[in-house]
Amino acid sequence: MKILEVKNLNIEINGNRILEDLNFDVNKSEVLAIIGPNGAGKTVLLKTLIGLVPYKGTISWQRGIKTGYVPQRMDIETDVPLTVKEFFHLRGISATDKKIAEVLEFVQLEPKILKKGFGEISIGQRQRVLVAWAVLSTPDVLLFDEPTADIDIAGQESIYKMLYHLQKNLGLTIILVSHDLNVVYRHAATVLCINRKNLCFGSPKDVLSTEQLMALYGGEKAFFQHNHKT
Amino acid sequence: MQDIILPLIVAAFVAASASLLGSFAILKRMALVGDALSHVALPGMALAILFKFDPFIGAISFLVFTVCGIWIIEYRSSLSLETIVGVFFTASLAIGALIMPEHDLIEALFGNITDLTIQESLASILLSAILIAAILSIYKKLTLNMVSQEIAQSIGINNKRLEFIFLLSFALAVALGIRFVGALLMGSLVIIPAASAKNIARSLTAFMAGSVFFGVIAAVFGIYFSHTYSLSPGPVFILISSLIFLSTLIMRQFRKL
Repeated sequence: MKILEVKNLNIEINGNRILEDLNFDVNKSEVLAIIGPNGAGKTVLLKTLIGLVPYKGTISWQRGIKTGYVPQRMDIETDVPLTVKEFFHLRGISATDKKIAEVLEFVQLEPKILKKGFGEISIGQRQRVLVAWAVLSTPDVLLFDEPTADIDIAGQESIYKMLYHLQKNLGLTIILVSHDLNVVYRHAATVLCINRKNLCFGSPKDVLSTEQLMALYGGEKAFFQHNHKT
Repeated sequence: MQDIILPLIVAAFVAASASLLGSFAILKRMALVGDALSHVALPGMALAILFKFDPFIGAISFLVFTVCGIWIIEYRSSLSLETIVGVFFTASLAIGALIMPEHDLIEALFGNITDLTIQESLASILLSAILIAAILSIYKKLTLNMVSQEIAQSIGINNKRLEFIFLLSFALAVALGIRFVGALLMGSLVIIPAASAKNIARSLTAFMAGSVFFGVIAAVFGIYFSHTYSLSPGPVFILISSLIFLSTLIMRQFRKL
């Protein structure tokens, strides 16, 4: 069953073409991984899907679908006067103590983290807190923007384990941005490769050929050149 | 003693609302907006004095107009807000200083809350209470907006509208506080209590409560000392606030050790 259908999606920001003619769809309870080089428009795509960015084309979610969103990075001072518990309570009345304890268990965090400051926990912990926050109101779809620069490999690995654990147990549909091709091969039902344009879409085994990856990341050059386009 | 009870209550309410608002101004890193707004209030007050209507009305109408301007600039144009603030708002302070009758100027720049009539005092108390209630009703949304605009929007919060309401509250707080501390010191009424609370608070509740507590303490002692030693209450308030800030800063350093 299709939960999301995207047709002829075009995004322009300040006159710059960010994404051109994207077409893809997502089925219920599946994992879609979005891959592409830096500046390919992955984060913009996620933000567009939840209505944060104006676009041309069609984005149609199945009726009554609730989404949860985990942003890539946050600009938070380490001494921000806000505890993790208070951060959960910002969600409103759905954040009961029982419910908070439940979602903390989902993301495998100890209850004692609630007393810590939101700015003083590690980035990996904050990612988990944000995922827990997003699933607090039992969404159908979780959109997860991977923090690549700020988290070590082991930390990323354990966040993915947790995500798939969530997908299995809650039947969540997950749309995630990922840099890790291993993760994509192992866990994603479908993969969408973009570099402004739609370069491939399908199951990882079918579409991720060596030539495709060369085209996406610019072949061996990718190891030397790191294009930071906006 | 009796003649300072009403000013004491007014000052406590005005300081409570300003410092509660200030805690969010600090979180949103908008500390200087208070300064800028108070400068804009000055020509409004000057016109009111010249044409003999209530200075509060003059101040608030100029402020609301400016707040709409700030909001539009932030969302509709690529101009830097800081440049606009730096140029036009100090210019309006200059205009205000030129057209203000000279004997009213000092009072407008440094405030004098003991001059308020009973009606004005009651109106100040009422408006401060409304302001406090308004901020408390949106504080969760404001905090979320500060933590991440994207997350806020993803759960259906209208950030633009929220920021507009916040700026309007800011305008009201400035219009209320300007009679107390004056146009030059208004920014400090909003910022210092909140900055002091941030030095020692780790939770949002402690931060908000601490900010209001420091603001009220400084206001009450400010009025009391200025009355006892015949000084201008605004500067005395700011000095007491600054002392509180210094002590919280020292406490913060000790806690870090």
